Amino acid sequence: MVWKKHDYDDIPGTYVFDGERAHSSYALNKLFYSFNNVECRDEFNAAPAAYCDKFGLNEKQKKLVVEQQFLNILRAGTNIYYMAKFCIPRGVSVQDAGAAFQGISGDEFKAKLLKKRENLEQRLEREGGYWNG
Amino acid sequence: MAKIIGGVTTSHIPAVGNAISDGLTQEHYWKRFFDGYQPVKDWLADKKPDVIIIVYNDHGLNFFLDKVPTFAIGCADEYQNADEGWGLKPTSPFAGDAEFSWHLAESLINQEFDMCTCQEMLVDHGFVNPMRVLFGDHEIWPIKTVPLVVNTVQHPLPSAERCYKLGQALKTAIESYPENLNVVIAGTGGMSHQLQGERAGIIDVDYDLATMESIINDPSWFYKQSNAEIIEKAGTEGIETIMWLVMRGALGGKVNCQHKHYHAPISNTGAGVLLLTGEED
Repeated sequence: MVWKKHDYDDIPGTYVFDGERAHSSYALNKLFYSFNNVECRDEFNAAPAAYCDKFGLNEKQKKLVVEQQFLNILRAGTNIYYMAKFCIPRGVSVQDAGAAFQGISGDEFKAKLLKKRENLEQRLEREGGYWNG
Repeated sequence: MAKIIGGVTTSHIPAVGNAISDGLTQEHYWKRFFDGYQPVKDWLADKKPDVIIIVYNDHGLNFFLDKVPTFAIGCADEYQNADEGWGLKPTSPFAGDAEFSWHLAESLINQEFDMCTCQEMLVDHGFVNPMRVLFGDHEIWPIKTVPLVVNTVQHPLPSAERCYKLGQALKTAIESYPENLNVVIAGTGGMSHQLQGERAGIIDVDYDLATMESIINDPSWFYKQSNAEIIEKAGTEGIETIMWLVMRGALGGKVNCQHKHYHAPISNTGAGVLLLTGEED
């Protein structure tokens, strides 16, 4: 049994959510998916470890969730959209998550993104045909 | 007969909905992004289309990873928004058009696009934010809707070219419906963004603008790329932009670009807005 290699495996710093990751992180994603329901969120908050057991997390996964190790949860293959249901209500945005991968703060990450706006209007003017305010 | 009167593209990221809910659309960070929608909103208000088909991906509200349809279509009279887990207040429900949806599903399946038909379908921010940014908030929405979900979350995904061909089949499906409906199609998602991994935070303005030009004038430039090639440029979440090709395939050959707007960043994302109509317009 072997997980097939893909073209996208070689893209640096990039983890594509495919069958291999979806399979290994299934219980984690299922637990986070349950957080769509407020009763489930409350149940988790009251007894996190017991809730993890209910979803069949292994010991390593359980430790990551109970300790809210957001970066390592993502490294464990969890899908970012499901992770968002866990981290956003705890004050950690997806931008903070992205920043953590680079070892910088959320504010530094946002500043890097804002740089994309520099000279954007001039760039679009040159391109032609764009609405420009 | 039903007729496609135009196609729109828009981002659907959660931050767009949050900005609307928090009254931030005229704040400096958001103003340019939201102001660039006005010509599209004016066009929609003027044309008053009967139905909008929203092409989007579900992010874990209606579909969990236990069952992931490649292509799914809502076939109900009503679609509810619901709690996605982070506290956004759900919107009022959206009217569907079950007869039209079932016709589309049947026609698409007859054309070998084996759609998953959904008689109950919760619509998440991927659907709701395009509605809010295009129409504003409403207790009773001014247009009927058809949700069309493409899997852009759990690979393997459909190819960009497959999305384009789905659009071509959708054109045939729409234009064979006997009722006189004016239909608009919204291709949502994108543009370049990557939320996780050491490469998180990429926005490739050059690639985004090339993609917008391609969608208008030469869709093959975009749809000839493999998903790996698109991810390399646009990021793991930027792959969503392939959903624009469903809209573009449905518009047919040449189009007129009535409006073109690009902004970056919104949250982590490059955002592109297009309003395309048929060549004769």
